[in-house]
Amino acid sequence: MQKHTFTISLFAGIFLLTVLAQFGVINQYLVSVIMLMGVNIILSTSLNLVNGYMGEFSCGHGGFMCVGAYVSSVVTVLCFSKNHILGAPLLPPSLALLAFPLALAAGAAVAAVAGLVVAIPSFKTRGDYLAIITLAANYIVISAIDNMEIIGGPRGFMGMNATVNGMEGLLDIPWMLLWVLSGTVFTVWLLRRFVSSTLGKGVPAIAQDEIAAEIMSVDTNRMKLIAFMLSSGLAGLAGGLFAHILGYVNPHSFDIMKSTEVMVMVYLGGMGSLSGATLSAILFTVLLEVLRPLEIWKWVVIPLLLILLMQFRPEGIMGNKELSDLFPKLKKYYSFK
Amino acid sequence: MPLLEAKGLTRRFGGLIAVNDFNIELGEREMVALIGPNGAGKTTVFNLVSGFYQPSEGAITINGRDTRGMRPHQVTSLGVARTFQGIRLWGEMTVLDNIRVSQHYRAGYSLLDCFLRTKKYMIREKEIERVAWELLEAMELKEYALELPRNLSYGLQRRVEIARAMSLKPSLLLLDEPAAGLNSADVEGLIKLVRWIHDTFPVTIWMIEHQMKVVMSLCTRIKVVDFGATIADGTPEEIQNNPAVIKAYLGDDTI
Amino acid sequence: MEFFQHILNALQFGSFYALIALGYTLVYGVLRLINFAHGDIFMVGAYIAYFVAVLLLGGEGMHGLGLSPALTLAITVPVTMILTSLVGVTLERTMYRPLRRKGADRLYVVITALMAGLMLENGNLALLGASRKSFPELMEKVVWTFGGVSVTNLKVVVIVAAIVVFVLLEFIVTKTKIGMAMRGISYDKFAIPLMGIPLDTIIVVTFILGSSMAGLAGILYAMSYPILEPYMGALIGWKAFIAAVVGGIGDIRGAIVGGFLLGFIEIGVVAVFPSTLRDLFAFSVLLGILWLKPTGLFGVAQTTKI
Repeated sequence: MQKHTFTISLFAGIFLLTVLAQFGVINQYLVSVIMLMGVNIILSTSLNLVNGYMGEFSCGHGGFMCVGAYVSSVVTVLCFSKNHILGAPLLPPSLALLAFPLALAAGAAVAAVAGLVVAIPSFKTRGDYLAIITLAANYIVISAIDNMEIIGGPRGFMGMNATVNGMEGLLDIPWMLLWVLSGTVFTVWLLRRFVSSTLGKGVPAIAQDEIAAEIMSVDTNRMKLIAFMLSSGLAGLAGGLFAHILGYVNPHSFDIMKSTEVMVMVYLGGMGSLSGATLSAILFTVLLEVLRPLEIWKWVVIPLLLILLMQFRPEGIMGNKELSDLFPKLKKYYSFK
Repeated sequence: MPLLEAKGLTRRFGGLIAVNDFNIELGEREMVALIGPNGAGKTTVFNLVSGFYQPSEGAITINGRDTRGMRPHQVTSLGVARTFQGIRLWGEMTVLDNIRVSQHYRAGYSLLDCFLRTKKYMIREKEIERVAWELLEAMELKEYALELPRNLSYGLQRRVEIARAMSLKPSLLLLDEPAAGLNSADVEGLIKLVRWIHDTFPVTIWMIEHQMKVVMSLCTRIKVVDFGATIADGTPEEIQNNPAVIKAYLGDDTI
Repeated sequence: MEFFQHILNALQFGSFYALIALGYTLVYGVLRLINFAHGDIFMVGAYIAYFVAVLLLGGEGMHGLGLSPALTLAITVPVTMILTSLVGVTLERTMYRPLRRKGADRLYVVITALMAGLMLENGNLALLGASRKSFPELMEKVVWTFGGVSVTNLKVVVIVAAIVVFVLLEFIVTKTKIGMAMRGISYDKFAIPLMGIPLDTIIVVTFILGSSMAGLAGILYAMSYPILEPYMGALIGWKAFIAAVVGGIGDIRGAIVGGFLLGFIEIGVVAVFPSTLRDLFAFSVLLGILWLKPTGLFGVAQTTKI
C-alpha cells in the first residue's frame, strides 16, 4: 500500500484541483497558470530526453510543438467549428470528448514524423552541426505555416474553443485542466518508463560514448530515431494542449524564443533528470508570473539568472540526479516498475 | 568452419595502407596474440573485424557470415565483443548499468513492451539483470556494482570493461592492449582473469598486447604485423627466434 | 538586365551575411564556441552607430556637434567598430572566460552566450523602448546606371567592404603570428600556453576582430535599411550563423561562401516566388546542404579514433 502513496496522491491531487477549479475556489487565472505549468513540464521533460539524456543540443523544440498545435487544431476545427475550409462542422459537438484525444494524438504523431527531419541527419552528424539542423527545422516549420493562407498564415488560426465548448456541453467541468494534467502525467510516466529500461539506457550510453555504445550492441541509429521522435511527438502533444487552452495559435508563438524557453527549463533543472525538468518547469512558470510586473525587464532578469546559474551551479538544480537519489526515503512511497 | 576468417583484408586511408592483405583463421577456444610495433595496423585490424571500419578489399566471415556492409552492433550480435585501447566505459552509468546496456541486442522486447511493462518485458529485464549480477559476481566486481566507473581504479576499470564485453556472451573476444597502463600486480591479475575466462567460457580470445609476459604466458599462437603486412605467424617459441620479427622490433643493424 | 540587378542585390545581402558570419566563424574556429550572442552584437553595433552619428550630426531632437555627413561617417565607422568590439570583449571577459577558467563544459558557455544575446535584445528594448530609430543619411545617394543596371554608391561600398574584410582576415589568420596562434588554439587549447603564447590575449583579439566586423556590418546595414529595432539582430544573426555552418564553420572562406550563397538563394527566391517564401526556401536549401554534407562545404569531418 505504502508504495502506491505517490500514485494515489497524484491522482487525488488532480481530482482535487479539478474540483477546486469547478467550484471556483481557485480562480481562472490560477487555473491557467497551472495549465501552462503542465504544458511546460511536457516540453521540458521531452526535450530533456534529447538535450539531457542523449547529450545533443536541439534548439528547435518550438517547431515540433508548432506542428502538433496546428495539426490538432485543424482537426478539431474541421470537426467541430464552422470554418472557411469546409464550411459546416463535420461532427456534432457531442462527439467532442471522444474526438479531442484523437486530435491530440494526431498532432503528436505528425510532430513525431516531423522529428525525422532531425533524427535522420543525426545518424551521420552530431553536436554543433546537428544543433543548426534543429534550428533550421524550427524556422522551416514557422515559415511554412506563415505561407499557408488556408490556415491563417501569419495571422494565426482560431476556432478551437468550439471543441472545448462541446466537451463542456456534455458535462460542465474544467475539461482542459483535466486534459493538461493527464497529458503531463502521461508524458512523465512514458519517459520515466523509457529511461529506466535497459532499452532506454542506450540513450545515455550514446551521450557518454557513442562508439562504445554501437560496439556494445546498441543500435545507435534506432535509439536516436526513438529519442528524437518520442521527444518531438511529446512536444506536439504539448502544442495541441497549448492551442486548445488559448483557443488561438500563431506561428510566431513557436519560434526560436519558445525553443529557448524550453532549453532554459531543461538546463535549469539539470540534464538527464526527469524530476529536475519537472521542478524547473514549475519554477520557471511561477517565475514568469512573479516577474510579470517587471514587463520587458523580465527577459533581462531571467537570462541573467541563468547566466549566474551557469557560473555557480552549471549542472542545474538537480544535476543528473532524481529526487529519489537525493532523498532515498521517497522510494518507499512509489513504485515505478 | 573457422570461427573467424579474414581473407585478403586491406584497408586504405587515402594514400596510406594501414592494413595490407591480412589473413587469419581463428578456431574455437583459441587464444591468439597480434603483435607488432606501434602504428603497424593492429588496432585497424580489430576495427575491421568489429565492423567499425569497412575493408577496402577482402572479406571477413564470422561463423560463416560475411560481415561486409554490417554496422558494428550487427557484427557484435554475431558474437564478437571487444575492449578498447583507452578505456571506453560509460562513465556516468553505474557498473551494473554498463553491463546491462551491453545486453541491448538480446533485450528482445519492443518499445511498446517497454511502455506497457508487458510480461515479456518483465521476463527479459529480469534475465538481463540476473546475467549482469552473475557476471559481476564471477568477475569479483559485485561490490562495485553501484559505483560509477570513473570512481574506480584503472585496474578495476579494465576489469569492468572486460566484464562488459563478456556480458555479450561472445564467441570471439578481442582485447586491445588489455595490460596497457597496469602495474605489475594488476598485470598478474589480468593474466589470471583472462586465463579464467578462457577456461570458463566457450570463447576464442584474440589480443593485441605489447607486454611479452602476457602474450607468452597466455597465447598459443602469435601473429606479427608491421607496416600493415603480416611478417610472421607461429607458436611463441617460433616467434621469439624469428629473424624478421627481431628486425622489426630492434631494427636491421648487423654488427 | 533584371538579372544583373538581382545579382547586385544578392551580393549586397550576401555581404551582410558574410560579415556577420565571419564573427561566428572566427570565435568558433578558435574556441569551438557558438557565440549565440553575435547576432545581437551586430544589433548593438547598429545602435552604437546610430547614437554616434546622431551625436556628431545632430537631428532626432538632439543638437549634436553639427558635423558634416561625410566627416560624421569617417568618425562613426572606427568609433562604432571600437565600441562594438568592447561589447564583445566584455562578454568574453565577464561571462565566457570565468567559465573557461573553471573548466566548465562547452555547453554551459553556449547557453551563457544564448542568454547574453537575450539580455542584449531585451535590455535594449527595456532601455530605449519599442519605438524604432531611423538612421540619419550619412552618404548622399548616387546612382550609377550601366546599360539598364543601376547601382547605388552604398551598394558598392557594402560589397567592397565585405571583400576587403575577407582579404584582411584571411591575411591575418594565415600570415601573421597572431593568426597562427589562433589556429593553434583550435587544435590544442592546452598546448598553446605551454608554447609561451598568451591564450587569453589571443582569445580577446579574436573577439575584437569578430565583434568589430559585426559593428561594421551594423553601420552598413543601418545605412542601407535605416530603421533600427532591438530584434533586428536575431533573425539576420541566426541566418548568418547557419550560413557560416553551411560554409563550414571555423573556416573564413566558408563564412564568405555561405554568406553569399544565402544572399543568392534569398534574392533568387524573391525574384521568382512571392517574397514570403524567402525564409522557407532559404532554410530548406541550407538544411538540404547540411543533410548531404553534414560538416558544411569547407568543413573537415572530425575523425574519431579508437
